[in-house]
Amino acid sequence: MIHFVVHEEGDGVGVVVVEGVKSGQPLSGWIMEDDKDLQVTAKSDIPIGHKVALRDYKPGDTVIKYGVDIGKVVQPISKGEHLHVHNVKTKRW
Amino acid sequence: MNLAKSTFWGYKRENGRVGVRNHVIILPVDDLSNAAAQAVENNIKGTLALPHPYGRLQFGADLELHFRTLIGTGSNPNVAAVVVIGIEDGWAKKVADGIAATGKPVSFFGIEGHGDHDTIRRASLKAREYLQWASELRREERPLKDLWVSTKCGESDTTSGCGANPAVGNAFDKLYPHGVTLVFGETTELTGGEHLVAARCRNDEVRKKFQYMFDRYQEIINRHKTSDLSDSQPTKGNIAGGLTTIEEKALGNIQKIGRQCKVDGVLDKAEMPSGPGLWFMDSSSAAAEMVTLCAAAGYTVHFFPTGQGNVIGNPILPVIKLCANPRTVRTMSEHIDVDVSGLLRKELTPDQAGDKLLDSMFRTANGRLTAAEALGHREFVLTRLYESA
Repeated sequence: MIHFVVHEEGDGVGVVVVEGVKSGQPLSGWIMEDDKDLQVTAKSDIPIGHKVALRDYKPGDTVIKYGVDIGKVVQPISKGEHLHVHNVKTKRW
Repeated sequence: MNLAKSTFWGYKRENGRVGVRNHVIILPVDDLSNAAAQAVENNIKGTLALPHPYGRLQFGADLELHFRTLIGTGSNPNVAAVVVIGIEDGWAKKVADGIAATGKPVSFFGIEGHGDHDTIRRASLKAREYLQWASELRREERPLKDLWVSTKCGESDTTSGCGANPAVGNAFDKLYPHGVTLVFGETTELTGGEHLVAARCRNDEVRKKFQYMFDRYQEIINRHKTSDLSDSQPTKGNIAGGLTTIEEKALGNIQKIGRQCKVDGVLDKAEMPSGPGLWFMDSSSAAAEMVTLCAAAGYTVHFFPTGQGNVIGNPILPVIKLCANPRTVRTMSEHIDVDVSGLLRKELTPDQAGDKLLDSMFRTANGRLTAAEALGHREFVLTRLYESA
């Protein structure tokens, strides 16, 4: 069972691809480019399509997905937490 | 899928282009002519009116784009014949003359001096003649290279970037070596990944043109923005689907151009490409605007990946929707032509997902109606550059 996918090794986030992920749930992930598996425990309820943090972040950190910068952290995030607009913002506009 | 000897069944037009639909359209030049165009559509069953809200007091580049879009729409090989209706003869004739360059049947009618009743009567006579003529045209077997394929995604979410968009990319990589004419666009929606597109440009000249279009659009955003555009770009739907920033959305978007094909050229909005290959069209990222511009540039089949479930169609360009979000596939199944959600469960490889889309492309080209066509989605949305005079 794949709960989340990661684009490539080194990305700091995974995308939840099943419905109903709850805080405390152990999640199995698949790194698509490298065809590897990894595990993380959810620390928030995370809706399908939303991201789970794969490492701890502090404000000012950069989030990497697809191997590329997707924005800056504005609130501390710990591994397993829901990472979205409440704690990450664009660097562009 | 081996595409080397692939063919499809299409309508060869007078100028050599090949269409996959056989529409007779009633094309209003301006908002005032919508009522007459729709009355003709109602009189002559099987014709298609394309109402829209613009065409009065436009000027300069905005007016040129208006004409280019209308003429391009009428010239599209998915259209067999055209009846143009305008409030004045002058601009109606200009649109009709532009379409006539393709060699297809076209007539124009001006309403002023006649009124709606007489215009509808005369235009209906012509529309009936065109429709009966077009109904006898037959499809013929044509090589794959005669197909022009456009792409644009909508109501994207994170599954678009890891599922549906890579499926389009895989299909584009397979079509490209066979001389198919391809296009992508959505200028602002490359923000954060523009360096990746620049790196894929065929040469420095193409790269410079791309960068010019990209920078020009950024300047518009910076001039008018009152926030970081969150809720507009990314949209509320994108955010509900898990996309956080424009950069993340852009990196998902760019998956549509695959990994091997090069960007061979850059088009202005609704501009027709001059040869095969992958083209970038400077365009809005709003779905109906972009798809309308693709139709006006001459594209005949469209790949539309969605995550949260955009329901868009186009009057003349069949829009094939694919989706990798299992929830959307379940809750909005009537809108989805190709389910690639298996990609996220390791049940489908990217190669298989690309083939699944190509199979749908051939069936659509051969005449199968897309979900959007069956549901009557005919969004025809003209891009405006600035205020009317």
